[in-house]
Amino acid sequence: MNRLALFVPLALFIGLSLVLLLGLDKDPTELPSALVGEPFPAFNLPSLKDEQSTLTEQDLKGDVLLVNVWATWCFACRIEHPMLNKLSQQGVKIVGLNYKDQRAGAVAWLVERGNPYQFNIFDAQGSLGIDLGVYGAPETYLVDAEGIIRHRRVGVVDERVWNAEFRVLFEQLTGAEQ
Amino acid sequence: MRLAVLVTLFLSTLVIASTEVVEFSDESLRPRFQQLVEELRCPKCQNQNLADSNSPISQDLRREIQRMLEQQMTDQQIKDYLKSRYSEFILYRPEVNKSTWLLWGSPVVIVLLGLLILMRHNRQKPTATASSSASADDQQRLAALLDDEDSQP
Repeated sequence: MNRLALFVPLALFIGLSLVLLLGLDKDPTELPSALVGEPFPAFNLPSLKDEQSTLTEQDLKGDVLLVNVWATWCFACRIEHPMLNKLSQQGVKIVGLNYKDQRAGAVAWLVERGNPYQFNIFDAQGSLGIDLGVYGAPETYLVDAEGIIRHRRVGVVDERVWNAEFRVLFEQLTGAEQ
Repeated sequence: MRLAVLVTLFLSTLVIASTEVVEFSDESLRPRFQQLVEELRCPKCQNQNLADSNSPISQDLRREIQRMLEQQMTDQQIKDYLKSRYSEFILYRPEVNKSTWLLWGSPVVIVLLGLLILMRHNRQKPTATASSSASADDQQRLAALLDDEDSQP
C-alpha cells in the first residue's frame, strides 16, 4: 500500500503533462466568439463610395454573404485581398467593413487591387467594430439570408481556411436557399 | 555610454507610460473607471488589462467604458455589454459557471487536500518518534560515543 503511494506524484505529473500537452494545440489568440448564432448588430453608417448614402443591417439581409473587416493600415489584409477577389469571381457575395480608415486611401486601395465587395460600410470610428467585437483586422463573418452570423474567422482567410471553415457551411446555406 | 543608454531607456518608459487624460463630469466615476479598466482584459494583447494596454482597441474600449459610466450604467451592465461582444475572455475575473468551476474550485480543493495530508502526517508522528527511541542500547552507545569525542583534545 505504501509502495503504491510512492507512485502518486508520478501519476499526478503524468496527468498534468497530458493536460498541458492538449493545451499546446490550442491557439491562445483565438477568442471564443460571442456572436455566432446571433443577428448581425444594428448599425447606421455611410457607404465608403458615397458619403451621402447610409447603410444599415437591413442591407445585409436577403443573401448569404461574407462580411469582411479590412483597412488600408492592416498588413494582413494585403495578403488576404487576392483570395477575396477570387471568391468574388466564384460568385461569393462579399460586403466590406472598412474599419477605422481614411476614405480616400481606402477608395484608392480598391482601384489599385481590385474590388471584390458588393459595397463597403465606412466605419471610421470603429463603432460597428465594437458592436461586432472586432479585435484585429482582417476578420470575416459568414452571414445568412436572415442576417444571422453563422461563422467568424479572425485573421486571414486563405484557400486552406476557406475549405476548412467556410466552404461546407456556405454551400449548405446557399443550397438551402434554392 | 552604458549610463546614457540606461537613462534613455528609462526616459522612454516615461514617455510610453503617459496615457490620455480622462475627464469625468462627476469625479466619483473615476475610481469605478480605474477598477473596471484594471479588471477588463485587452482582447488583442492576451495578457494585459485595458489600463496597461496602449493598443488602439484598448483605447477605444476605455472610451466606451467612460461613455457608459457617464450614462449611469452599473459596473455589471458594462461588463455584460463587453462580454456579449468579446466573450468571457475579456473578464479577468470570470464568472462561476460550468466552464470555470474547476478554475474557481481547485484552490479550495488543493488547500483541503493539503490540510488532510498534514493531519494524517501529524497523527503518524508520535509512533515515528517512538520507534526511533525504541532501542535503549543504541541510545547508550550513542551517548558513549559522543562523550568519547568530547574527551578527545
